[in-house]
This record gives sequence, C-alpha cells and structure tokens, in this order.
Amino acid sequence: MFNYGYFSFESKDDLLKKAAEYWNPGKVSFWKEAGTPMVIDRREGYFLYDMSGKRLIDLHLNGGTYNFGHRHPELVEVLKSGLDYFDMGNHWFPSVARAAFAEKLVATAPHMKYAIFGAGGAEAVEIALKTARYATKRRKIVSIIKGYHGHSGLSVAAGDERFSKIFLSEMPDDFIQVPFNDIDALEAVLSKRDVAGFIIETIPATYGFPMPEDGYLRACQDLCRKYGTKFIADEVQTGLMRTGVMWGWQGYGLTPDMFVCGKGLGGGIYPISACLTTEECGAWLIEDGAAHISTSGGAELGCLVGHHVIEMLQRPEVVSNVNFVAEFFARGMAEMIERHSDIFVGVRQRGVVLGLEFDHPEGAVAVSRALYENGVWAIFSSLDKRVLQFKPGVVLDVDTCQEIMDRFDAAMPRARELLKTMRRAA
Amino acid sequence: MSEQATLDAPRLSVPDRELSRARMKVGRAAWAARYYKDFSRDAVMAIADAVAKAGYEKAAQFAEEAVAETGFGVVEHKTIKNRLCTHDLLDYYRDLDLVTPRVDEARKIIELPKPAGVVFALAPATNPVATVYYKAMLAILSRNAIVLSPHPAAKAVSSAAARHLAQAAEATGAPAGLIQCVEAPSIPLVQDIMGSDRISVILATGGTAMVRAAYSSGNPALGVGPGNAVAYIDPTAKVDAAARCLVESKAFDNSVLCTNESVAITLGSNRGNMERALRSAGAHVCNETDTGRLRDYLFTDKGFNLDAIGKSATWIAERAGLRVNPSTKILVPVVETPGQDDLLFREKLCPVLTLTAAGDFEQALTFAKHTTRRGAGHSAAFHGEDTDRLVAFSQGVPVYRVVVNAPCSQGAAGFATHLPPSFTIGTGFAGRSSIGENLGPQHLVQWTRIAYGKDVPAALAGIDLDAVSSGRAMPAAPVASPEPATHRRSADVSRDELRRLILEELRSLKGGDA
Ligand SMILES: Cc1ncc(COP(=O)(O)O)c(C=O)c1O
Repeated sequence: MFNYGYFSFESKDDLLKKAAEYWNPGKVSFWKEAGTPMVIDRREGYFLYDMSGKRLIDLHLNGGTYNFGHRHPELVEVLKSGLDYFDMGNHWFPSVARAAFAEKLVATAPHMKYAIFGAGGAEAVEIALKTARYATKRRKIVSIIKGYHGHSGLSVAAGDERFSKIFLSEMPDDFIQVPFNDIDALEAVLSKRDVAGFIIETIPATYGFPMPEDGYLRACQDLCRKYGTKFIADEVQTGLMRTGVMWGWQGYGLTPDMFVCGKGLGGGIYPISACLTTEECGAWLIEDGAAHISTSGGAELGCLVGHHVIEMLQRPEVVSNVNFVAEFFARGMAEMIERHSDIFVGVRQRGVVLGLEFDHPEGAVAVSRALYENGVWAIFSSLDKRVLQFKPGVVLDVDTCQEIMDRFDAAMPRARELLKTMRRAA
Repeated sequence: MSEQATLDAPRLSVPDRELSRARMKVGRAAWAARYYKDFSRDAVMAIADAVAKAGYEKAAQFAEEAVAETGFGVVEHKTIKNRLCTHDLLDYYRDLDLVTPRVDEARKIIELPKPAGVVFALAPATNPVATVYYKAMLAILSRNAIVLSPHPAAKAVSSAAARHLAQAAEATGAPAGLIQCVEAPSIPLVQDIMGSDRISVILATGGTAMVRAAYSSGNPALGVGPGNAVAYIDPTAKVDAAARCLVESKAFDNSVLCTNESVAITLGSNRGNMERALRSAGAHVCNETDTGRLRDYLFTDKGFNLDAIGKSATWIAERAGLRVNPSTKILVPVVETPGQDDLLFREKLCPVLTLTAAGDFEQALTFAKHTTRRGAGHSAAFHGEDTDRLVAFSQGVPVYRVVVNAPCSQGAAGFATHLPPSFTIGTGFAGRSSIGENLGPQHLVQWTRIAYGKDVPAALAGIDLDAVSSGRAMPAAPVASPEPATHRRSADVSRDELRRLILEELRSLKGGDA
C-alpha cells in the first residue's frame, strides 16, 4: 500500500495502470519495454528510490535540473522561508525577488543587460527567438540538425522533426537547419542576410553531447556578426557550472547576443528559466514591456531559489568540487574504455557533461538498462541512441563517485549480453 | 511607515551559509584525501618542505596579526612558536616514515599505512597560527586532508594562515582542498561537522566543553583536556636556574600555552631562597595584600577572569591594583601553606605563578597530586637533582609529562626537551582523553597488518609493494584557493630587532645550543 495522504495506490502495478489510463499510455509502455520501468518515489541527494524500493544513483538529473541533487537541504530551506513571505507574485509588476535575481544573473555575464524570465526552457527559447526577430526585423531562424530547444511553437520548430512533425508544427520556410560542426553550411544560409537568429546548444545534449570542433562556435559567432544575425546560446544543459564555468559559452570565449538557461536554475524545486539579452536586443523591453508576458514566468519563489542557486554555484568549494568530479570521471572512463573497448568506444566530456558512445545504433538503450539493473540511472540520447548521457552533479562526493564507477564496471557484462541479443535480433 | 519597514532585520530567514560551506569543505577534503593517500614519500616530503618554508616566511606576520586580532600573547613569542611548527617540527618527524609499507621478515608481517582521511581540527584562540601550522603539518605527513575550525576570536588570522599553507601545498602538487579552514566558525557549525559521518577523526584542542563534545560526537576523536601544571622545586635544585626556568616559562607568550606552570611548590626551608631567586629573575613576589588583590582580580564569581588571558604581567598588575617595576616579567602571589581550596591554585593562562611551600616532600607530593588533578593527565615540572624524589613525584602525580630542570611551557610542548613538539598535549585516561602522548602524525595513520601463519612459508622479500603508493602528484591545481584576505600590516618592531629577539629566545629554549 502506498498511502500518500492525499492519494494512495495499492502497488506499483496499480500506479502504472492508472498512469497509463489517465496520464500517458505511451510513456508508461515505453519505459516498461526499455526494461527501466522506474516510478520515482522518494528522492534525496543524488539518490532516487523506485516504488519497488530499489535505489538508483541519478546521473540523468533531468539534464541538470538536479545539479545540486534532489531536495538539497539548503535550497529546500530557501524555498520554505520564501513561502513565509512570497508567492508566485504578479507578473505585471516589478518585484524585489525578480529585480534581485535579474541583477544577480546579469552580473554573471557582464556584457548582458537584461534577464527576461520564463517558467521553462522552451519559454526562454521562445523569448530569445522572438527577441532576435524584433532586433533584426527578420523572420528566419537557423539551428543545427539534431538540436533540441524544447517543445513550444518556435522552440520545437527549431529542433528535430521527430518532435514537430507529429503536431504539424514544423515551419520549413522560416526554420532552417544546418549540420553541426559545419561552418560552410552555416555561412551559406546566413550570407543571404535574412536570418534573425542562430540558436545552438553550446554542446548539443539530446544529440549526445558531440563536442564542438576547435573554433567552431567562435566561427559561428563571427558569421552571425558578419551577416547581422543574432547568436543565441542555449545553455539549458551546459549552464550552471556544468562545464566547469558558470556558462558554457564562457569556456569557449564567446559573447552571445542572448543565452537561455533553465532546468537547474530552479534548484529542481521551483521551475524558472531565463533569457539574457544584450541592451540592443532587449530594446523591446523599453518599447513595450508587456510584449511577452507569462503568469508563471519569473515567479517570485523561483527567483528566490534561483538567486540562491547562483550564489551556491559561485562558492569556491563548489567550483573545486566540479573539477574533482570531472577529473575523476575523466580518469575513470579512460580506464573503463580500455577494459570494455569491445562495446564502449568513445567518451565526450566537458566538465561534468559526458556522453559515452557505444558500438551499436541503440547501444545506449542497452547500457542504460544494464546500469539501471545495477542501481544507476543514466539516460540515452534521444537523437543519437549510440550515446549515453552521463551527467554527474556538481556536489557529488567522492564515495558516491567511486560507487558509480564500480557499478558501471559491474554493469558492462550485462550490457554486452543485451547488445548481443539486440544484434542477433537485428 | 509600517513598523516592519523600519526594521533592518531580514524579512526572510536565510540558511546558514557558513554551515553549508563547511559541509562542502569536508566534501572537498574527502576528494583531496582520496588522491593524497596514494602520494609517494618523496611527494609528501616535498609538500611538507614547501609548507614549512611558506609557514616560516610568514610566521612573524601572522604572529603580529594573531596578537592584534585576539589580544593574547606576545608577538615575538608567537613568532617563535609559529616557526617551531615549520622546519623544527618537520625535522623532528623527518625520519618517521608513515608512507612506506613496513616489512617484518622475522614476524612474517607486512604493514600497510592507511591514513584517516578527513581530519577535522579545532584550534584555540590562544595559539591560533601555531595550531594551524602544527595540525596542517601533521595532516601532510600522515597523508590526510584537514579542515580547520579556528576559534571565532582568531578566525581571520587562522584562515589567512591556512590559505597561505594551502597555496604552498598546492603549488607543490598537493590536491586542491588538502588544507582548508572554516572562515566563520560557530558552535552549531562545529557541532554539526563533528557529528558528520563524512569526517574521519576530530583533533580537539580548546575548551573542555568543546573537547567533551568532540568525544560525544560519535566520531573518533583525539582531544585533550586543560592543564594545571605544578612545578616542584626540590632543595637540591639550583635555585637561580630553577627560578629562571619558571619566569621564562610563565612569561613565554604570556602563559597561553596550556603547559605553563600554574603553581610552584618548594619546601619551607627553601622558600626564602626561592623568593629571592624569583625576584632576581624578574618576578614580582607579592606580599599578602598584593596576593589578595590578584586573587580578587583573577577569580570572579564567574570563574577565571578571561580578560587576563595572555596579557602581560604589568598589564595585569595595573588592573589588579599592584605597583610593580615596569620590567616585571611575571607576578608571584604567595600562599603560605598548600591547601586545595585557594583559588590561586587553579589554572591561570597568564603570567601569574602561585608560590607555596610544604613542610616536607610528602606534603608537597600530596599537594601536587591534588592540584594536577584539576589539569589531569597534563604536565608537571621537577627542579632538582634527587632522582628518588623525581621518580616518586612522577609516579604520584596524575600527569603524562614531567619536565625536569626546564621551563614547562616549552618543555612539555617538546620545544625545550626531546619530547615531540606539539600543541596538542594528550591528557590520556587521567584527563579523559584517548592519547597520553604529545599528538603526532603517527596518530592519524592506522596500519593494515598482513600476517602469515607462524608455521607457513612466507617469502616477504619477493612481494611487490610498489602499487601501494602511486608517487603521482596532482597536475597543477585546476582551481585556485579562495582569494586571500588583505592583510593588515604594521611593523612597530624593526625586523632586525625581531630577529635578534627570536634568536635569543630560541637559544634559551634549546638550552643555549642553537
Ligand atoms: C538544451 C535544451 N534546451 C531547451 C530545453 C527545454 O526546456 P524545458 O523542457 O524546460 O522546456 C531542454 C530540455 O531538455 C534542453 O535540453
């Protein structure tokens, strides 16, 4: 019996049945078939507990939402204390929490002028794309093939058609996609001087974290400047210290015209996202401040949590911890790839953002399952299922990291076995 | 304006950032310890040498800052203490190898060193920098990471000192986070960290309450109790030499070392001699009125007057209403007969030494036993040549160090004797502590013993033990230590003058052979 006070379920099966019936049958059956039928019950630190009681170390973190782990006590305390004073607030009016948080965010990126808030990553992307159109008076948006920016109108149109086609939401006239790491392809479209914005994830997450080639992002930014296109960095998965610096673009020496962040910005306990813009791009905030508005965008409680998230990330202890975790997995994975080279063929890494490549078109699906069976939750990349997303949190401790490596090693024979079956079936 | 709007207090409650940062420091230390535990002996000694050098260079500056911040002690003496915790401390332990596996062919036993991991160390306000230096050095030599929690009254200089050593260590290849210091300590913070399952051992030097809390934390602890050293001056002692030792010891850093003598007891027949000798060594020997005034000043209804800790003799004399010669080094109240009830027989972390006289040796010994019980397990001193009495004295008093014909402050702490140099004086079972010796790096390492059966063949020589330590130093630290605070600097004593004073003190400390 799972009694939660407000509702209760007989068993995990009972829950799965109801979830399929009322909520989302596709997702319920997908995870079941994938062999990872997780229903997260309790959660604490970097640990998740399935309804069965099984414990999993979380290396998915919902793309960095749980950068500090689940329900970080300090952040929970902040939110609770916020609830004694604030609520979501009224988005029409200036507010102390919004002003303070905007100032704090802008201070992390001195060439930026404004922080515009949303509730989720897609909304922040939406704001960025609209802002680019406003600033350039052009309509076209360029993104990379297999980029991912969310599922709302403009953001989904900028992403892979896997998510837009089903809703007839692709807009091929205005949204153009070019291959990643192909600077000539980008120049070919930008040179027509009719592109409002070029949006790119600093390291494309859902594509499996392929690394930008040396100088690629810089060249993209230069081309944008040359042809009057706004350069927009999607930092939803690469921001917040995950690449070893606050924002991924900083590590590449870039100065985007805008960047968007979300996920971990709300500490995993209150949704909030932001689009930061330069003064020039943000001029619409002077012309018509209500041009973009969203009831839950920039809710004051989210601002309070986000403000504290940034403060925590700036602590020297956290900065140092990120380096330790990154260094540990760099060494650990180098060792693993040697021991399991028959299936494990590549590591992409920047900071605590890792993509692990396996030698099969669906290799990461098998490895995700093998890890799940061994108490580790890491998700495959939706747009390149060869690659497992491996995303340790910024305050992971040494013992848990070691446990992750040990479990990873132990899961490899099982992964090998699953892959063999998949090959035979193919 | 509403009432609330006029208040300056925060309208929201804010989490204890310092506590959270301290926890993060412990996490960072665990990372450092993970790598450092495999460092080779050469790498360890290189780091120890670099840290000793860095510590030595700033010993005087930190001494000055410590006195300025805490108001305790004497800059020149603190300089000496700080320096003693650099090269001298390292030299003392240079040959103690806590890194290399030990092979005992005869007993068919191999021992592998296993460092504790994360050491959480408390440092007192009285010896802030010396304790930071000393505990950091112990951690380095034993391949542990250390998080120091200074006394709040000395937090600025303690953090600065820790940062300075950390930078030197990291520049020599130590992992980042090997030496860290809590910047804004508080009692809840210390209690939280002491109870954390993320630390390996607590080194508690400080007040009794803190030490007891360390032992109650559920974690292994090496804590030490307070002292109340008695010096017995036998009639066989060279009375002038003994008096010089006493004055020097009490005047040293204004008696803030817990090893300082609290009471001097001699026999009635020797008392006149003793008073004369003390006077000529620079003591002000009190008459009955002065003794009364001193007692009233030092002991209030709330216990020992904290204002007096680490202050100079003349400063105290003035406050207590005594007229003394400005060159007075220590104050000596006189209690005619030894008894247990006089407040002046209690611990005094200031240059006040109570003199009393017994009818015979037996009475002196009985008195010493009772008096040292207030600082049980700590230290005592013996001046004289009668070795039978020395043995009887040492056997009788509940202490683990008896310093002979030397100043007790420096002697029990290992600077004027061949005892291990230490700012953590184990007070053993008698003092409710887990160690009875002077704390050293060996206390922070345990050994895994590989033991063959007595009658089975064992070719120990052929066993490859190279894998035990990697010898690898860290690549250049990826993250710099937190920004050093700006140092207050004021040089009112000239460098040369300082150097001269230090040399002079060092020479006397080491018995003239320095
Ligand atoms: C890079 C990137 N951008 C945007 C988004 C969309 O964020 P949200 O799901 O909060 O709308 C995501 C979500 O996974 C993302 O990974």
